[in-house]
Amino acid sequence: MYEEVNMSLRETSAPGSSTGKERPPTRFSWQRFERKSIPYFFLLPFLVGYVLFQIYPLIYSFNLSLYRKQLIGGITFIGFTNYLKVFHDPSFWEGIRNVLIFGAFQIPVMLGLALIFALILDSDIIKKRTIFRLGFFLPFAVPSVVAALLWGYFYGQSFGPIAQIANALKLTPPVFLTPRGIFPAMANISTWQYTGYNMLIIYAALKAIPPEIYEAARVDGASNWQMAWHIRIPLVWPAIVLTIIFSINGTLQLFNEPNVLTVVAPTVVNLHFTPNIYLYNLAFRNAEFNYSAAMAFALALVSGALASLVLFLTRRREKELK
Amino acid sequence: MATQLLKPVNYKLRRGVSTTSTYIFMAAFLGYFLLPLLWLVLASTKTNAGLFSTFGFWFGNNFNFFQNLKDLFAYDNGHFALWMRNTAFYAVLASIGSSLISALAGYAFAQYQFPGRNIIFGFVLASIFVPATVFAVPLFLMMSKTGLSNTLWAVILPALVNPFGVYLMRIYAERAVSQDLVDAARVDGASELLIFITIVFRILAPGFVTVLLFAFVGAWNSYFLPLLLLSKSNLFLLTVGLAFWNSLASQPGVAQVLYILVVTGSVVAIVPVMVVFLFLQRYWQEGLSLGSIAG
Repeated sequence: MYEEVNMSLRETSAPGSSTGKERPPTRFSWQRFERKSIPYFFLLPFLVGYVLFQIYPLIYSFNLSLYRKQLIGGITFIGFTNYLKVFHDPSFWEGIRNVLIFGAFQIPVMLGLALIFALILDSDIIKKRTIFRLGFFLPFAVPSVVAALLWGYFYGQSFGPIAQIANALKLTPPVFLTPRGIFPAMANISTWQYTGYNMLIIYAALKAIPPEIYEAARVDGASNWQMAWHIRIPLVWPAIVLTIIFSINGTLQLFNEPNVLTVVAPTVVNLHFTPNIYLYNLAFRNAEFNYSAAMAFALALVSGALASLVLFLTRRREKELK
Repeated sequence: MATQLLKPVNYKLRRGVSTTSTYIFMAAFLGYFLLPLLWLVLASTKTNAGLFSTFGFWFGNNFNFFQNLKDLFAYDNGHFALWMRNTAFYAVLASIGSSLISALAGYAFAQYQFPGRNIIFGFVLASIFVPATVFAVPLFLMMSKTGLSNTLWAVILPALVNPFGVYLMRIYAERAVSQDLVDAARVDGASELLIFITIVFRILAPGFVTVLLFAFVGAWNSYFLPLLLLSKSNLFLLTVGLAFWNSLASQPGVAQVLYILVVTGSVVAIVPVMVVFLFLQRYWQEGLSLGSIAG
């Protein structure tokens, strides 16, 4: 840090390094010193926290992942063996498979709905749009634990309203939390919670489109459908890509909902149902910190690979649109 | 995917039945998003027996909400009140602290040219996409070693670092802060810090409130890290405590009466966040729009 400040001081004395914004050096150079060092001063709290709670943990965890700890024999350096072990761990890949299946259905449905809602709320097809906008967004304010509890009760046989209605109609109440049913059950919880949030992000991007663009298209006789497909969606495409990447990141880390539902469906949500649940059980039940550190990095790699894939595919789509 | 989903809606738009069918479509989803919350509120007015014996979308035989509240705060030596206090303390400190830190850092990136600017910002951007899971094990071990685990600081301190907040504040500062204004203040001899405190911060207010609000909600609703870092039941956050009670309630014959407390506690837990969101909506909706354009 000090080195960088010194560097900038040296730069101050060098001719031609001025950024053009500063005043000529008529005064005592204290003000120039202040101007040069102030960005680091402003950044300091963040950088201290960033190094302590993001950079250092990463290094610490990476170092941890290169060792093995045994009751007999103590701590041994084993290089990337833990990573190889993750790669060959069927439980890890089962968790990845589960969240990918989940995401492959949930993310398109959620973001598709979010996009439709945003397009409708940004047009003048209907009135009272504020009510819809806030109402759709409200579940985002509910903690995901409470959302999972709430829907868990909804799905339940004892006092869930769905079972109540089925019983009143003399029908057999449906069982939601089966090995197959758990996926749509969880997808519904995530969709309920996050559609409104994604809708707002896309909506905010739509709002930022200058109205002149629409007027020009209207004059050309474009229909609503053509306007949406050829003008509005391409213009908010970066916002949509952002929601895709955040959704994938969130999906890979699925934990709260299955961890709460495991109480009502312990046989369905097993100890490696999602990568995060597996990691939680390895690290905090079995104290396998070294192995779970490696697994966390493996998960980050999968997440990064998927995000890159999305960026690659969407770039191509962006070119097609242009 | 988007194509398939879009077609039906817009197809109807062209056929002229647009308004009615759009209203039906949107009203159906408004029900989907709000009815579960209505159910929760109604359930919190019932007795535990009423929860099981009366229909979910209507009131029970007697209005038991206030008795439930009393029971909620009395149960287990008043743990729920402790959890609320913990959650409020954590969420307020973490959100205010992280937003101030983000505002300072975001403004520094937006306003100044300095050696290392791009590389540091590159790091900040990259860390937005690092899954939080990666930090779980090292933070747990670090907090145990430093003796911070089982104090609220174990969750507050890491939450002070908010790379996405820095990113949003930078975008916001770049758009909102006028260079002429800052230069004018400099000519008047104001120091950079004084300029930030007296002029810039006021301009950054909508962006600041947005970052603050989302940090507050994120902290209030967080579960994974608090579950790991706070294992004593008097230090639980609301989310961890409610999930804990729910797991007790589900054990056969143990404490089924807890269901009504979990339901009532859930209502109490979501009210503060909703109130804050609704009150500050003008601010955060404006702030959100600025963040997303650049996204």
